[in-house]
Amino acid sequence: MSTPSTDERPRDDEAERATNEGAREGRRGGTVREYHAKVWDEPSIMEMGAAGRRGITFPEAESAVRDTVGSAADYLPDAVAREDDPALPEVAEPFVVRHYLHLAQETLGFTNISMWGTCTMKYAPTMNEQLEKRHLSNLHPRQDDDTLQGMLEIAHELDGYLQELSGMDRFSFQPASGTQSAFVFTSLLRKYLEDRGELDQRTEIVTTLYSHACLPATADVAGFDVVTLQPGENSYPSTEALEAAVSEKTAALMIVNPNDLGVYNPNVDEWVDIVHDAGGLCFYDQANFNSTMGISRARDVGFDASHYMLHKTFGNPKGGLGPAAGAFGCREELVEYLPTPLVEYDEADDHYSLDYDRPNSVGKVREFWGNLPLVMKAYVWVRSMGAEGIVEASNLSVLGNNYLETLLEDVPGLAKTVENVTQRRMEMTRYSWGELFEDTGVSTVDIRRRLTDFGIDAYWMSHDPWTYDEPFTPEPGEMHSKENIETYAEALRRIAEEAYDDPERVKTAPHNQSIDRVDEERIDDPDQWAMTWRAYQRKFGDHED
Amino acid sequence: MATHHPHMPNATEEATSAMLSAVGASDVEELYEQIPERLRFRGELGLPEPMTEIELQQHVGGLLERNETCESNLNFKGAGCWQHYVPPVCDEIIERREFLTSEWGSPESDKGRNQAWFEFCSQLGELLELDAVGLPVYSWGNAAGFAMRMAHRLTGRTEVLVPESISPERQSVMENYSRLSSGERRLTIETVAFDPETGELDLDDLRERCSSSTAAVYYESPSYLGTIESGAETIADVAHEAGAECIAGVDPITLGVLDSPATHGADIVVGTTQPLGIHMNGGACSGFIASRDEEEYVVEYPTLLLSVTNTATEGELGYAFMPEQLHRSSYGLREDGNDYTGTSVYLWTIANAVYMSLLGKHGFRELGELVVERSHYAAQRLSAIDGVEVRLSPSFFKEFVVDFEDAPVSASEVNDHLKAEGIFGGVLLGEEFPTLGDAALYCVTEVHTQADVDRLVDAVTEVVEA
Ligand SMILES: Cc1ncc(COP(=O)(O)O)c(C=O)c1O
Repeated sequence: MSTPSTDERPRDDEAERATNEGAREGRRGGTVREYHAKVWDEPSIMEMGAAGRRGITFPEAESAVRDTVGSAADYLPDAVAREDDPALPEVAEPFVVRHYLHLAQETLGFTNISMWGTCTMKYAPTMNEQLEKRHLSNLHPRQDDDTLQGMLEIAHELDGYLQELSGMDRFSFQPASGTQSAFVFTSLLRKYLEDRGELDQRTEIVTTLYSHACLPATADVAGFDVVTLQPGENSYPSTEALEAAVSEKTAALMIVNPNDLGVYNPNVDEWVDIVHDAGGLCFYDQANFNSTMGISRARDVGFDASHYMLHKTFGNPKGGLGPAAGAFGCREELVEYLPTPLVEYDEADDHYSLDYDRPNSVGKVREFWGNLPLVMKAYVWVRSMGAEGIVEASNLSVLGNNYLETLLEDVPGLAKTVENVTQRRMEMTRYSWGELFEDTGVSTVDIRRRLTDFGIDAYWMSHDPWTYDEPFTPEPGEMHSKENIETYAEALRRIAEEAYDDPERVKTAPHNQSIDRVDEERIDDPDQWAMTWRAYQRKFGDHED
Repeated sequence: MATHHPHMPNATEEATSAMLSAVGASDVEELYEQIPERLRFRGELGLPEPMTEIELQQHVGGLLERNETCESNLNFKGAGCWQHYVPPVCDEIIERREFLTSEWGSPESDKGRNQAWFEFCSQLGELLELDAVGLPVYSWGNAAGFAMRMAHRLTGRTEVLVPESISPERQSVMENYSRLSSGERRLTIETVAFDPETGELDLDDLRERCSSSTAAVYYESPSYLGTIESGAETIADVAHEAGAECIAGVDPITLGVLDSPATHGADIVVGTTQPLGIHMNGGACSGFIASRDEEEYVVEYPTLLLSVTNTATEGELGYAFMPEQLHRSSYGLREDGNDYTGTSVYLWTIANAVYMSLLGKHGFRELGELVVERSHYAAQRLSAIDGVEVRLSPSFFKEFVVDFEDAPVSASEVNDHLKAEGIFGGVLLGEEFPTLGDAALYCVTEVHTQADVDRLVDAVTEVVEA
């Protein structure tokens, strides 16, 4: 076959190449691909193996060791020495590898498009995993500072970058998650109020219904009463509602902005003033920071403390719910209360250290000083993006979400929520499949299951309580291509149309996964649930039901 | 304008302008129309210039090279984060992108990952001989703190007894869950003395302190100071006689040679899973909570719980979060939920699952015996040095207390000398446990050969006898 001469082909070819990022024509037309998960019918590891097989063996103690000490049994008190070996499987190493490889293959996860809202799905660079393995695996948290200078410098620098992005004065990386950041705040708040002799007076924390559940939850754990403001017509409560709720009993305001409907409260600075005037502190949950990086800063808005998700905004892999790390920042006056230790830098000696001598600290919310691999990877993320890249990431996140909105506009049975807010949404938007459900009986849960049949991760619906029927909250982030966004919209459109044509097909989804639709309801019953294989055996014997 | 950053496919002029025109915006500024001008940041972010991957790898690699590690040094520190052997298979599996980067997904499309979580719970359940194992919490301290609050909800009482030998780190975490709460939910933590000879809980002191106000008796085995608690049964009995819950903290790597506290009456067992296939990572933490499968306990877990279940196809199994438990957690009930939950350390439970299946039925015993023999070898050799005493010595697993009080040099000076020899000496205990003399907590595991221990002993001898 002769190749067409170069001047004959460029235009078409380039157009085609431009759409190749996940946008090649699918087998059935459009860009949605056919997908089918691997089906291994993989047994439980508990059923695998045979007597005598080993996945690993250990050496015997050296003869000099045994000559000196005798045998281990001499040191294990009879009262608690274990007689029977644990009922673990006996599996040879290659089969352990193969088993977990199969389980990985039976996982769609984020191997393709995932616009899981409220979580900011990002690329996890391979280089970071290598750096972690090579340099951090064998660090011990109680090594002398002298031996941790590189890691301490990274933490110190990241602190500085976060100060720049937030306007805050100091950061702690001890929180093991976003929720723990909120817990640092409520812990710190108690100590702060105690020092001012106001703990008995200021007993209430004000939040909003569309703020994340971890804010009221950690407020409660720290002993505060929670006042939750209900949504106003724009999804954020009115300023009057806040004024009515705030009093001399107010200890703090804890809110998320933008909320996870993608709506930004434009009066947020007024809110801060109101709470400050009443003598309370203000905490800004910046878990949704992907919408406003370099666009607006917590401290400038007036907040006393804020937090950032290193496992979300700062390029760390999700791990299927962690490991995670919260970066908690606050203004100078509150620094003394931060968890111990803090990283200090002595410029004269060019020396970094961990300061444990912090008498007013809230102590610890987690052992040691932080999830260091996540701190390192967040540092890499900032250094890789630079200021311009970070702002562009916000731009693209908000733009991508608005682009998705235009593509979803006339999908049958789908409506955008809070229609009266006509301004462009931020990095995510909450939709409702209420009309589609009314018309077809197909629910948002059915649709998210059906979505996975196209090799696209299920979507986030909504935090509790559901205030809109059949909610759905996508967040494209900056990592998905324009073509991915188009494919995503096309898949949803196809499913909506299918719901009207053949609702059973959607209701019985998924059809292309390693297993059929699971029965979630039955495991609310104590006689039916089984959290371990041994419980399952006890309740059902061998595959009995 | 566009950065063409390799992780942002839309960072091109073409993609940006195509999307802008589709949404009817003339520039990106318009996207932020919800944010009033007065709330906008208009300064320059003072961040360093971006680097390419090659530059970054060299830069970050260079910075991290400035650390010293427990690979290039011989390490004897433990104290809550231990250097155990991590089979490379554990790393291979959790580096798989399917596991590494997933979010919640759905029970069907992420069936394999959910099954791996279930196998974590199942295998840990076998080590613990308990039927109910929750999805992970952040750390041992967090697990103990949450368990203590479970006991409070179960009993309506507010006092918690903990051993005086507890890790100060862990106690500080627990205290954050106790003293914070106000009013009738404010818990008080009281310490119970330990026997100065054996390190075990002082049972007379325990009996004295345990009362009808006690919500829980919490003990650890091995304790922070390394000793094995042989009075487990009695401790549980004392707690139960007072109507209190018995909570045990355990390092699960010991469970090939030691009984699970559950078999001696503990109601709730907590601990860390870091020893089970997770690198130290400068302070990796991972906690678990387990109990009998009784509804009364199960509904008090703060964590999400996963169960095996049926699918629409006869005979097929799937794995899902228990829905009511999810709604009972803080995700569902907000301030009325059980404490709080959220993103935790789920990926590491898969490394734990791999680890437990590699060791299997016999590996934990083999490993446990090796550790006990080598650690006791180290203790006996060290205690043979003039002026060096090993305290609380009768029965410990991998950690033991070395007291330099009678030596001509301090524990801290010993560490300085060791460091010059490329050895990380034990964690100093002097400030936290003054009654143990001028002491350090040494940790010896399966990674330490006899030659390693001999090297340590020679170096200590050299500095003590110099
Ligand atoms: C707005 C918001 N705040 C807080 C959190 C809690 O974070 P984590 O899951 O890390 O505890 C989340 C979780 O995604 C969130 O979306």
